[in-house]
Amino acid sequence: MLLKNTYNEFIKIIAKPRSYIGLGVLTALILVILFAMKADGSSYISFVTASFDQTLSFNGNILNGNLIAFIILQMLIVHIPLLVALVTGDLISGEAAMGTIRMLATKPISRTKIVLSKFIAGAVYTLILTIWLAFLALVVVKWMFGTGDMIVLNSSGLVILQEADIFWRYGCSFIVAYLALLTVSSLSICLSAFAENSIGPIVSTMGIIILFTIIGSLDVTVFDSIKIFLFTTHMASWRSFFEDPISMKDIWQSISILIVHNIVLVSIAVIKFNKKDITS
Amino acid sequence: MNEPIIEVNHLSKKFGNFEAVKDVSFTVNKGDVFGFLGPNGAGKSTTIRCLLSLISPNAGSIAIFGKQLASHRSEILNNIGCIIEKPDFYRYLSAEKNLEIFARISGSDSSKKDIQEMLEFVGLDGRGKDKVKGFSHGMKQRLGIAQTLLHKPDLIILDEPTTGLDPQGIIEVRNLILRLKTEQNKTVVLSSHQLSEIEIIANRMVIINKGKSVIEGSVEALVNEQELLLQIELSDPENAIKLIEMEYPALIVKHLYGSTIEIALDKEMVPKINYLLVNKGFEIHSLEPKRKLEDFFMKIIQE
Ligand SMILES: Nc1ncnc2c1ncn2[C@@H]1O[C@H](COP(=O)(O)OP(=O)(O)O)[C@@H](O)[C@H]1O
Ligand SMILES: [Mg+2]
Repeated sequence: MLLKNTYNEFIKIIAKPRSYIGLGVLTALILVILFAMKADGSSYISFVTASFDQTLSFNGNILNGNLIAFIILQMLIVHIPLLVALVTGDLISGEAAMGTIRMLATKPISRTKIVLSKFIAGAVYTLILTIWLAFLALVVVKWMFGTGDMIVLNSSGLVILQEADIFWRYGCSFIVAYLALLTVSSLSICLSAFAENSIGPIVSTMGIIILFTIIGSLDVTVFDSIKIFLFTTHMASWRSFFEDPISMKDIWQSISILIVHNIVLVSIAVIKFNKKDITS
Repeated sequence: MNEPIIEVNHLSKKFGNFEAVKDVSFTVNKGDVFGFLGPNGAGKSTTIRCLLSLISPNAGSIAIFGKQLASHRSEILNNIGCIIEKPDFYRYLSAEKNLEIFARISGSDSSKKDIQEMLEFVGLDGRGKDKVKGFSHGMKQRLGIAQTLLHKPDLIILDEPTTGLDPQGIIEVRNLILRLKTEQNKTVVLSSHQLSEIEIIANRMVIINKGKSVIEGSVEALVNEQELLLQIELSDPENAIKLIEMEYPALIVKHLYGSTIEIALDKEMVPKINYLLVNKGFEIHSLEPKRKLEDFFMKIIQE
């Protein structure tokens, strides 16, 4: 039953026009960034590297695909949650608004399985979005701008990573970035279980992300102890893979915190949906 | 043999402080077309939502197919097809895809052929590939019925299936329901706010009002075997009353208004009274039987 309904959920996601907004917007954003880089990219980074390129040996063009992929990820990781929530925030509440939740909930499938199948479908949608992002950022960008060594600004200042030392870092980054986006998906599914329309959960998801991000960036001691528990703090954890050396302890901590978030959020959604009187 | 399919006892459901269903009890037997009659807001949909586990009652018990709903939910729902309030579908999917989706999580699997046959049965053949977005209310209602039947359930629950349809659509849906009983021997529960509708299709019924079941029984017993109130508009009502009271002292005759009198009597008495009056030279302008149940139901509605 779980698999059958997950399959149903895919059919619905594929048929809904809004599912393509995310892919379209992502593509458009990246094209804009690429256009900007192509047109005026060297001036964009020259101020960073002005004092720098005489002192270190650097292979190839600085403004290469590896660097631009990093810039793209950094710029977009704050916007992609909206694209995720647009689809996942609608999964339960959209059916309540449309009235189909009535039909669904009078079928022999349990309510827990309804929520879980929506979670799985949302997870796959988020994965597709992440893979599309990875494809554009790594394959297309490298094809347009070539590859080479990569300069990054990390916690120890400007660092040059060797060309051969980069690809695996991206691979791991995308896995952690996916986990962060999955948390956004679970959050909006959870909010979706409480709502009767899809605007509410989408806006609240973004509201929570903005609020948590602000709390995370405020340098106030009262917030210091909770920062680590905000999932938004870990949305930037993909960058840890561009440190040298990499702190695996921090990364595992982020991964654990994100996984716990997912489990808790989905559990809340399951409990709420099971208790809910369906009156739409 | 009366095999109970649905047994509801002292059901109650509150929304916040408002008690939408206070005390509803009734029994539906196998093979019944069971009418669930009550004015708008009586608590029909709320009761039906409880039967389908969409909402959980605050008190009372529900057994379906001889099993408690709370502990055998999936098993019971396997064997039920239903429409609550109005049928809603995924607007962005075709009629066929919608049926496929619901069939996949219903009691039994359906092939593409089953779906085509079902679309034909409800008169939607040729429209299966069209998106539901463009369907009229009547078409959705018929697609809804297709959805309730696809997995071949024994029990079908329809909440006001003819509301909002045009006269042609009402007749079509009623005929469909009658065919379910005669051709497929299903048990059907249908709610309505119109006594006339229940009279036409149901064999047993319960009337509910303000969240309480008021009266339950066979439609025939409740409707036909009830005493009639015969209203006669005629010349010289005073003398007509005297004549009737002399001839049939057991009857109670009232002067209703103007030249109209009212007599409470059994159905068989109608031709006798008519003959008597015509024979004695009274001019009869109209003769209208009003059933007490209708009166009773009207009173309930107007309360
Ligand atoms: N979700 C709800 N919250 C509050 N009141 C409700 C809700 N659903 C129904 N009611 C109220 O319960 C009563 C019965 O409603 P309903 O069962 O839909 O009546 P019917 O189907 O007989 O017309 C009505 O007064 C209605 O306003
Ligand atoms: Mg109703």
